Amino acid sequence: MSTAAAHNHHGEEGHGHDPHLAHHFDSPQQQFDSGKLGIWLFLIQEVLFFSGLFCAYAVYRANHPEIFEFAHRYLDVTLGAVNTAVLICSSLTAAWSVRAAQLGQRKLMIGCIVVTIACAFGFLGIKYVEYAHKFHDGLLWGEKFNPKYAPGGHGEEAGHSPTADAEGHSGQHATAPGATITQEAAGEAKVTTPRNTSIFFSIYFAMTGLHGLHVIAGIIVYVWLLWRALKGEFGPKQYAAIDFAALYWHLVDLVWIYLFPLLYLIR
Amino acid sequence: MSSLDTTMGHSAPSHAEDNYLTHAHGIKSWLLTLDHKRIGVMYLCSTVGALMLGGVFALLLRTKLLTPGPGILDMSHDTYNRMFTLHGAIMVFLFIIPAIPGALGNFVLPIMLGAKDVAFPKLNLASYYLWVFGAVFFVTAMVAGSIDTGWTFYTPYSVTTPANGVIWATMGVFILGFSSIFTGLNFIVTIHKLRAEGMTWFRMPLFLWAIYSTSVIQVLATPVLAITVLLLTVERTLHVGIFDPSLGGDPVLFQHFFWFYSHPAVYIMILPGFGIISEIVGVHSRKHVFGYRFIAFSSLAIALLGFLVWGHHLFTSGQSALASVIFSAITFTIAIPSAIKIFNWLATMYKSSLQLTTPMWYAFGFIVLFVIGGLTGLFLAAMAVDIHLHDTYFVVAHFHYVMVGGTLLALFGGLYHWWPKMFGRMYNEMWGKVGAVLVTIGFNVTFFPQFVMGTRGMPRRYFTYLPEFQAFHIASTLGAYLLGFGIVLAFANLAIGAFRGRKASANPWGGATLEWECSSPPPHDNFAVTPTAHDPYDFAHLSYDEKTDGYVARRS
Ligand SMILES: [Cu+2]
Repeated sequence: MSTAAAHNHHGEEGHGHDPHLAHHFDSPQQQFDSGKLGIWLFLIQEVLFFSGLFCAYAVYRANHPEIFEFAHRYLDVTLGAVNTAVLICSSLTAAWSVRAAQLGQRKLMIGCIVVTIACAFGFLGIKYVEYAHKFHDGLLWGEKFNPKYAPGGHGEEAGHSPTADAEGHSGQHATAPGATITQEAAGEAKVTTPRNTSIFFSIYFAMTGLHGLHVIAGIIVYVWLLWRALKGEFGPKQYAAIDFAALYWHLVDLVWIYLFPLLYLIR
Repeated sequence: MSSLDTTMGHSAPSHAEDNYLTHAHGIKSWLLTLDHKRIGVMYLCSTVGALMLGGVFALLLRTKLLTPGPGILDMSHDTYNRMFTLHGAIMVFLFIIPAIPGALGNFVLPIMLGAKDVAFPKLNLASYYLWVFGAVFFVTAMVAGSIDTGWTFYTPYSVTTPANGVIWATMGVFILGFSSIFTGLNFIVTIHKLRAEGMTWFRMPLFLWAIYSTSVIQVLATPVLAITVLLLTVERTLHVGIFDPSLGGDPVLFQHFFWFYSHPAVYIMILPGFGIISEIVGVHSRKHVFGYRFIAFSSLAIALLGFLVWGHHLFTSGQSALASVIFSAITFTIAIPSAIKIFNWLATMYKSSLQLTTPMWYAFGFIVLFVIGGLTGLFLAAMAVDIHLHDTYFVVAHFHYVMVGGTLLALFGGLYHWWPKMFGRMYNEMWGKVGAVLVTIGFNVTFFPQFVMGTRGMPRRYFTYLPEFQAFHIASTLGAYLLGFGIVLAFANLAIGAFRGRKASANPWGGATLEWECSSPPPHDNFAVTPTAHDPYDFAHLSYDEKTDGYVARRS
């Protein structure tokens, strides 16, 4: 009976059929399912990785709501909204690339991957503009926080209506924004800035920065996928990598979907 | 069907044939291997190296503590602070957490499942190299100004200390965290997707239940540590003020984050040990494990409850009294699944055909140490008592009983149990037992006096002490020397056995789990034919065969 080994279909020769099947899997289905479970576990891990920052956000927002109500008006809602749209669009093309791969539509698949990469770069570009403004205006973390103007008052965000802003924040700071608007904006922020307002920007840069790093990682993954797609590696039977990358990309998108209202759309 | 298992069981010529050690040659075939068994062996060598390094620091600390003040080593208090930090950080992050899953988990888990490898062999190798990379960062931290924060890196001190190694160490922890996460992820997927035919969840060996539970913690808790140390690094370099009170930050938030990982992490350390002891007690008692499902589920229960108790580290940190009461109560509940295991092991041994082998001696030692460590944990879970015992040697003794008693003795037990499988040779049984006794006695002599000191008020991490504590410190130091000697002896015995021992049969102990069905050492692909799994603790079909000095299966 010991000769059974040689005849068994699990033996070495049995794996010659499918070049994509790793030696330790019995079937392509098993390999695909393993990868799928693996990527989901990785995403769970990612959620917990971000959860520390969300937790820090919740703690500071609960303890110091005035900081968040005051400081978020330094952020540019328009740019944030555009970025949200850009990311949602890229999520669509990411999902579409999976479908295209499954259906063997090679050109569509490559097009979707290219658009996804382009959107990711677009997101980072807009983020760069936002960061540049923050650095220019001294809206930074910790001791580097040295704002050149009061929120909602000044300069680069020309399209922003100060009046609407003031109405939106009729809470405990009702006088502060109102005062700023009537003042000349170039002044060095005579309004009472809440203590430790810099914490908002610490959290803002920590969360968006970490998210940005994930976007960069996503770009690297998608460039790699594009390279493989151009080599013709993907098709209806071989699309696992595209599927898994899209799942990752949806998570990156999802994190931003939470970050946008939590940071930009307070109240 | 009758002869299949038999031939698998003791094919004596297979020694000479291909096995994972002889499958490929050269240093490159090791460094770039994707074979889970070789990766396991590399983990073993590396983590034992870390144990030795951490152990040297421990012995230097204990030697200094023979007397109050600088002592015979003429150690400055700064050096002392750096040394206990390095001892703790190296032992926790480089040894205790990765050792059992990395070494024994990697080696045994796929074979126990009847699989050819883990689900993601390349990721597995990447985990190993992340460990190496993290270790390099730790060594850099030691060289580049060292660290003196304690292994917990509490803010604000870790932000302000002039010791320049902090960033290196925290980045090392970050990297090691991902090594741990990827190992856990790999094991979870392997257990879900690569089980052999017949391997239902309730036919899985208890070691796998334990590793599975451990992996769940690794995947869920470690990312929180990663973000915490990342934020700490950012805090120290850019001064963002999230943890730094001078910038409006909250240092207690750091403690919450840190312990949200580090309490579950103590179960990363102890659960694999539980799994090993379950295997040893079952196999070496020659009796079906009592209460299999209870042991299996208690692992999961510990893993899940472990996430809800981190606040017991903050009883004195200004946490709200209500939160403390809740954390205290949940902490007590963890005693239940822990006790279930102890009672089930004892019930397994009761009226069994107990074999007093070396692994069994380690299991005895483990049970004694874990009972002491576990019960003293209840003292610390009680809030009123904890106020008195907090930050004393009582705490030090408690967690050494659990973490060292748990991990080290279980690791030895597991190594002595699976060594014949790993290297195909037996060790010297007599010296094995001597090692087990020395380690157990040395451990108790080292740490029992620390309980007494702690209750009398000796604070932990202090450079010097009052004269009334000197007798305890001397006893503890002598115990540490004995423990160190026992550890070296135990490893030496294993190493000599691996090279010079007599050949081991495929199944020297008569285990019924699948790893005993392949030859010793296992072939490259583990099994020529994917085996069929049966009850892992049904020993009825195994009988002793004198020719091979091993057990053979006779199933009809
Ligand atoms: Cu704890």
